[in-house]
Amino acid sequence: MLDDPKVSKILVEVRDLKMHFPIHAGVLKKRVGEVKAVDGISFDIYEGETLGLVGESGCGKSTVGRAILRLYDITEGSVKIDGIEIGHTPQPDLRTMRPTMQMVFQDPQASLNPRMSVSAIIGEPLDEHTKMSKTEKRAKVMDLMDQVGLNRDFANRYPHEFSGGQRQRIGIARALALNPKFIVCDEPIAALDVSIQAQVVNLLEDLQGEHGLTYLFISHDLSMVRHIADRVAVMYLGRVVELASREQLYAAPKHPYTQALLSAVPEPDPWIEDKIERVILQGDVPSPANPPKGCNFCTRCPQVMEICKTDEPPTFEIAPGHVTACHLYSATNTESVS
Amino acid sequence: MADGAAPVLNVRDLTTVFKTRSGAVHAVNSVSFSLKPGELLGIVGESGSGKSVTMMSLIGLIPAPPAIVSGEAVEFGGLDLLTATDDELRRIRGARIGFVFQDPMTSLNPVFTIGHQIMEPLRKHMGMTKPEARARAQALLELVGIPDAERRLKDYPHQFSGGMRQRVMIAIALACDPEVLIADEPTTALDVTIQAQILELMHELRAKLGMAVIWITHDLGVIAGIADRVLVMYGGQIVEHADVRDLFKQPRHPYTRALLQTVPRVRGERAERLEVIEGQPPILHAAPSSCSFAARCPFSFERCLRENPARFEVGPGHDAACFYDFDAGGPRHVG
Ligand SMILES: Nc1ncnc2c1ncn2[C@@H]1O[C@H](COP(=O)(O)OP(=O)(O)OP(=O)(O)O)[C@@H](O)[C@H]1O
Ligand SMILES: Nc1ncnc2c1ncn2[C@@H]1O[C@H](COP(=O)(O)OP(=O)(O)OP(=O)(O)O)[C@@H](O)[C@H]1O
Ligand code: SF4
Ligand code: SF4
Ligand SMILES: [Mg+2]
Ligand SMILES: [Mg+2]
Repeated sequence: MLDDPKVSKILVEVRDLKMHFPIHAGVLKKRVGEVKAVDGISFDIYEGETLGLVGESGCGKSTVGRAILRLYDITEGSVKIDGIEIGHTPQPDLRTMRPTMQMVFQDPQASLNPRMSVSAIIGEPLDEHTKMSKTEKRAKVMDLMDQVGLNRDFANRYPHEFSGGQRQRIGIARALALNPKFIVCDEPIAALDVSIQAQVVNLLEDLQGEHGLTYLFISHDLSMVRHIADRVAVMYLGRVVELASREQLYAAPKHPYTQALLSAVPEPDPWIEDKIERVILQGDVPSPANPPKGCNFCTRCPQVMEICKTDEPPTFEIAPGHVTACHLYSATNTESVS
Repeated sequence: MADGAAPVLNVRDLTTVFKTRSGAVHAVNSVSFSLKPGELLGIVGESGSGKSVTMMSLIGLIPAPPAIVSGEAVEFGGLDLLTATDDELRRIRGARIGFVFQDPMTSLNPVFTIGHQIMEPLRKHMGMTKPEARARAQALLELVGIPDAERRLKDYPHQFSGGMRQRVMIAIALACDPEVLIADEPTTALDVTIQAQILELMHELRAKLGMAVIWITHDLGVIAGIADRVLVMYGGQIVEHADVRDLFKQPRHPYTRALLQTVPRVRGERAERLEVIEGQPPILHAAPSSCSFAARCPFSFERCLRENPARFEVGPGHDAACFYDFDAGGPRHVG
């Protein structure tokens, strides 16, 4: 983890990223509209840090992660990894970049081939991207199993013989095989039991320390993100509404959505629970196929003003490294450049 | 909460065993608890700890055979639900005992309107005419905070969001003024802001209707905010039982203690390193003959491997199934 992100270099630079999915309808499958899953977002990830990406179901978190890794052909915008622009690189040319960036998925069950043994699963990227001999590969797989705390004796077993937490370790070992710099962790603990989540999170932290890894940690679990992330970006309906250091975001959230989101999290302490003043949001998140005009939070915002219903709020830097997209801050701040 | 009042539900020694091809699964092991009038009893435990099977067993929703449900008694409204006829159980379920399940999409029928599904128990159990049932259905939707209730009665489940569907499920469960409401992870599939709406609704409904509630969750935060009393389940057994404040202030089972330390929080101090409970929860293929937490327990000693601990009283209304005595700082002497 990082002490001062300011002194380290930017590993991932995302600018005005848009990912719109077409909606087709009718027998002719005519294009009738689009889901604006990610609708213009910008952020940096510094080398060696963990950027948390939070927000509710459907707000576009996974799409951001997948678009950055170019698992999609993006609609618009720029993505630079280690200084190299890959936003519009044709898929075949991305092959050489693949080893540097990897992904760990939410559902360890679904992301592992049930017919492959654990050693074959972990070794697969080595087959694809290296020319290691059989012995070298075997040694590397054993080393990876050690690193993620899987018993070497289980190398020839199949995924269904493992618990959820162990399967997630297999997925992590596989992601580490090619010595990546950057890993997108998409809800890596959401499917795990409470008592197993901490095991996996501690493992991710240890591996980061050992290998200097950079993480984008996607989660809807705000308390776990507070634990693991150095900086946190909050998404709502395809946009980043606030981005700040972990300390700033949890101690003094500025965007009305972040405030409501944090206040909604239950606290495992009956005395604190009694005292929490919750901002209960009314209604549901609008559809990303038809987002509201102006600020996309205006249909639920407790502090909505007239301007919010017509004008999209710009992003303001309200303190060093703390940005938010909300008209409430327009009087006292100037628009941020990035 | 009426202390000392006769319980509305009294479960004694409930045990459920599944016979599967890969052997028996002892899902619920000698579970005993009671529910007082008007209280909210929280049940917390990880996946597979037996929370759902306990509830399904006590109201006859576990197909037996092949499963075997046994016990001393499940007393409700002067009946023993373990020996009640199917007909008696049908009249109780969905009427005097209401349910809300985790996934509202699987428990609502996609081909019928919401109105039809709320009216059904009213007509079946309360003998209402159609107009009577429709009026009450509308009132129920209003009660659970669905705007434009009259029109929405004609909508189908897919026209509602996840949070709205869960409100509808609550409306159906409340339709016949149940004495007991059983809610099995009703907010687990929901986003946190929608969960907050449902928890708020539950606080209002309890104040208004005063029924007794069993609320199942794996989220200690939800328990802290909503429960009066708590059962902690592990390996199909109740390992700790206490008033909510006692449980959080003085947890007396090593599993509860570890669980409280392992969860990160959004408020207050941030831990540099998460506490870990090593190992994984058990699947019991035989009735427990040792402590089922022993393999993961930092306090375990030889007795724990020989004997399954009974629930020892550790304070007023507070018991823990553990041989370790935290007050004495060593093995328990009595028992
Ligand atoms: N391949 C796709 N085609 C069309 N729409 C899509 C596609 N992938 C995602 N979407 C839509 O884009 C929006 C954002 O989805 P995404 O999966 O990124 O959300 P998320 O924040 O990861 O949600 P969750 O927390 O539920 O995982 C949703 O409305 C989703 O339905
Ligand atoms: N029909 C069944 N056949 C065999 N085993 C079953 C069956 N239903 C449940 N079990 C087993 O019984 C045990 C208890 O399951 P139960 O569903 O009660 O857990 P739970 O505490 O509700 O977990 P969750 O939090 O995942 O809902 C588990 O080991 C489960 O695999
Ligand atoms: S811009 Fe307006 S509607 Fe949007 S969050 Fe700020 S105050 Fe609320
Ligand atoms: S009985 Fe023994 S093993 Fe079980 S929880 Fe208590 S001390 Fe730990
Ligand atoms: Mg996702
Ligand atoms: Mg369950």
